[in-house]
Order: sequence, then structure tokens, then C-alpha cells
Amino acid sequence: MFAVLLEQTADGQRYIDWLVSGLGWTLALAFFGWWIAFAVGVVVGIGRTVQNRPVAALARLYVEIFRNIPVLVQMFLWYFVLPEILPASLGNAIKQIPPPWGSFFPALVCLGLYTAARIAEQVRAGIEALPKGQVEAASALGLGGYPTYRYIVVPQALRLIIPSLTSEVMGIYKNTSVALTIGLMELTAQARQISEATFQTFTAFGAATLVYLALALIAYQGMALIDRAVRIPGTGPADDAVRPGATHAIEPIDSLPDAMEVVK
Amino acid sequence: MNNLDFSVVIQAWPYLWSGLLFSLALTAVAFVVGLVLGTCLALVQHFEVPVLGKLVRGYVALMRSIPLILVLFWFFFLVPIVLGHLGGSGRPIPIGATWTAFITFGLFEAAYYSEIIRVGLRAVNRGQFEACQALALSTFDTYRSVILPQVLRVASPIILSQTIILFQDTSLVYVLSLTDLLGAASKLAQLNGRLVEMYLVIAVVYLAISSAASQCVASLRKRYAIAGLRR
Repeated sequence: MFAVLLEQTADGQRYIDWLVSGLGWTLALAFFGWWIAFAVGVVVGIGRTVQNRPVAALARLYVEIFRNIPVLVQMFLWYFVLPEILPASLGNAIKQIPPPWGSFFPALVCLGLYTAARIAEQVRAGIEALPKGQVEAASALGLGGYPTYRYIVVPQALRLIIPSLTSEVMGIYKNTSVALTIGLMELTAQARQISEATFQTFTAFGAATLVYLALALIAYQGMALIDRAVRIPGTGPADDAVRPGATHAIEPIDSLPDAMEVVK
Repeated sequence: MNNLDFSVVIQAWPYLWSGLLFSLALTAVAFVVGLVLGTCLALVQHFEVPVLGKLVRGYVALMRSIPLILVLFWFFFLVPIVLGHLGGSGRPIPIGATWTAFITFGLFEAAYYSEIIRVGLRAVNRGQFEACQALALSTFDTYRSVILPQVLRVASPIILSQTIILFQDTSLVYVLSLTDLLGAASKLAQLNGRLVEMYLVIAVVYLAISSAASQCVASLRKRYAIAGLRR
């Protein structure tokens, strides 16, 4: 059924080469977007928890804006609107960026900053979940604000939230498909192109679906691995996350993770 | 920043409004269908129904692993074929993009809601089941009157947050060229060339609706927490 993927295309490649190139863009977008998201998300998430009112308000504003506008609309804002509202020279320079980079960079910034808002909420939840005694002990030891966050609060919070970050990792690679609306030929776009060129829709979408499934599996296993590697000793294995339904332990009814509020 | 002219938006408002109504209708239908079907899917998994349970698990995992845009493309292609086979003619029955959107969102969201409810079901204290047994309630009554109401109540903030995300995701029907809020704005922008104003305005509309809804969810969460449960 996948034999058609090995046939020649009009431009002398094989259809499978289109898929591989699409996969490359998807991975590049997800990978680099993730690091932007993680860096910005941690900073904003910390900002949500500090005592400084203006900083906390700014961080909150960031989260509200980036979480409450659909990612597709944000994509259009970065791609169509930003060059128009910047000073003309800069705007024109942005429009001159040759394809595919002209689509890639807006998509990268869009996905990075959108996912950052979601990560920021996880980071905040992680920080707030720490026992108060941690901060109190730090101040009893004479640590100031910065060292307390740097050495006590943030390292623990990040280790706590790794299971819930899994859904953000899955979210960012799935959201890369939104970049097709601004003309980036990532995996889904290539699948559609193959389907239009060959009329083998089942094969084209099927191949893309299998690739996404593989990515999901890798993301899931990778995060489980990281979770096991850096889990705070003595906090007990997150057994349910790894083997759902394996245990009959009673979870407290209010322990539904906020991360269940999943991304697509 | 030269000469933004938001008066075009006022002229365009009736069209944008009809787009917004479509977005809201799609959200509402997907919410109802998704929640009902999702509860069924969750129960099938919860009872570990032979064969069917595994199928449902696979379906949910599949839906959660691939992008919604690809799902929309799949359904746009598959639903006519499936309907054709069901109808007996074997020939694809074209149903159009609107129906595709409603069917896709209903079935797609069911996977997400079912996951929320499945986790909720596992979180119910065993004593609740034991108490129902002691009262000789049938399985149906146990779930209908005792377990599901608790699950839905506890999970309602997450279900509602998920619905806000669903509302934002309806913008993806853009890839089927439908006229939802975003689709309306983009069609008008192509006609009158005012894409900056159009996209900025609908961004604000989405922002206003979603953040107002999240505020409501936050206050509901406070008010309807089950007494005695710390949250």
C-alpha cells in the first residue's frame, strides 16, 4: 500500500522524500520551538510567583494573552500583521526573507511563545506545590530572593512538573501542523500534497499518521525516561503515568492534574 | 503603523458575527457530543470490556497523538466513504465541509473528554463503590446516581477548561475553508485588503471570550468544590 511513496514525483524526487522533508521541518519547529518555550516559560512562570507586584502582573498578562488567543490566529498575527505594524523598513526586510524561512521563523516564534504561556502555568503550579518550609528554611539560612529561587525552589519545581510537561511536548509537535496555514511544508502539508498529486489519500495520510504516532511514542517514552532519571528521591514513582491502571492505589480525588487540560 | 482604519471592521461586523455564531455552534455541538460519547468511551475502558475496551483505548491514543488538522483532513476524506458503505451503495456520499467539521470535532473531542473522565473514575474513593454494594445498588444505579455525578463535579473545571481550548481550536476549520470567526475575517481581509485590522480585531474577540470564560471557570471551581475537599 505504501509502494506509491517510492514512485517518482514531477520534480524528480520520490514521494517519500517529500515526507522526509516535511518531517524535518516538523522536527525543527518542535525542537527549537520547545527550547524557546521552555526558557520563556520558566522565566514567566517564576514571574507569576514573585512578591514584586508589577512583575507578577506582567507575567499574568503574558499568560492570559498567549493562552487565550487561538494558536492559528497568533500564527496569522506573526506572519501577516507583524510586518505591517513594524516601521516600514523593518517590515519590508521581514517580508523579504526567502521561503521557507519566511514562514519558518514566524511559526517558530509563534509556537515558542504560545507554548511558553502553557509551560509558565505548569512552572507556577510546581512552585506553588512546594511546601512552604522550603522557602522558610532558605531564608532561615540567610539566602536572598535570587539564591532561594536558583538553588531551592526552581530545581525542585522543575523536577516535580516533568510528568505534566509531557503533554506540552506532545502539544508542540502537534501544533507544528498549524504552520501549514502560513505555507510551511511540514509533515501534514506534505501528506496533503502527496494525496493531491497521487490521489492515494489513504496512503499519504496513513504514512503521516504513522510518523506522528511514532513521534508521540518517542516523546512519551523520552519524558518518562527523564522523569525517572531526575525524580526527587523518595517522592515515589509516578506509576500511573507510566503504567495507567496498573495499580489500584486510591488517588486523592482532588489530585486530578491540571495538566489534564490537554493540548491538541 | 500607518493609518489603521477600524471602520472597515464596523462594516464587516454582521459577517464576522455570523462567523462567530458558527464558531460557538461548533463548540456547543462538539461539547455535547464529545462529553456524552466521551463518557461512554471512558466507561467502556473503565469496565475493561473485552475487545471493545482495547479498541477504544487505541482510538483515544490515536486521536491524542495526531494533530487536529490531520484529523480534519482524514475525516473530510473518510466520512463520505464510510457513509457510502453504510448506505449500501458503496459509492462515497459527499457531505461537505460543514458536516465534516461537526462530525470531526464531536468524535475528536470525545477522545479528550473520555481521558478526563477516565482519570476521574479512577480517582473516586473505593469506599463509594463499597457503600453502593452495601446498599445493594445495581451497577447501573451505582454509576448513574453515585459515581458519575461525583466524577463530573470534580472534573468539571478541567472539562470546562478543555472546552475553552475546544472553542479556540474551532478556528482550525479554516483549513476546510469554512466561515467561522477566523474564516470570516480572512475572507473579508482578502476582499478589502485590511488584514491587519481584521486579524487584530478577531484576536481581541477570541481573547475576550476565552479569558472571560476562564475567569468563570476559576470562580466556579472555588464555589462548587465538594465541601471538605481541599483544592
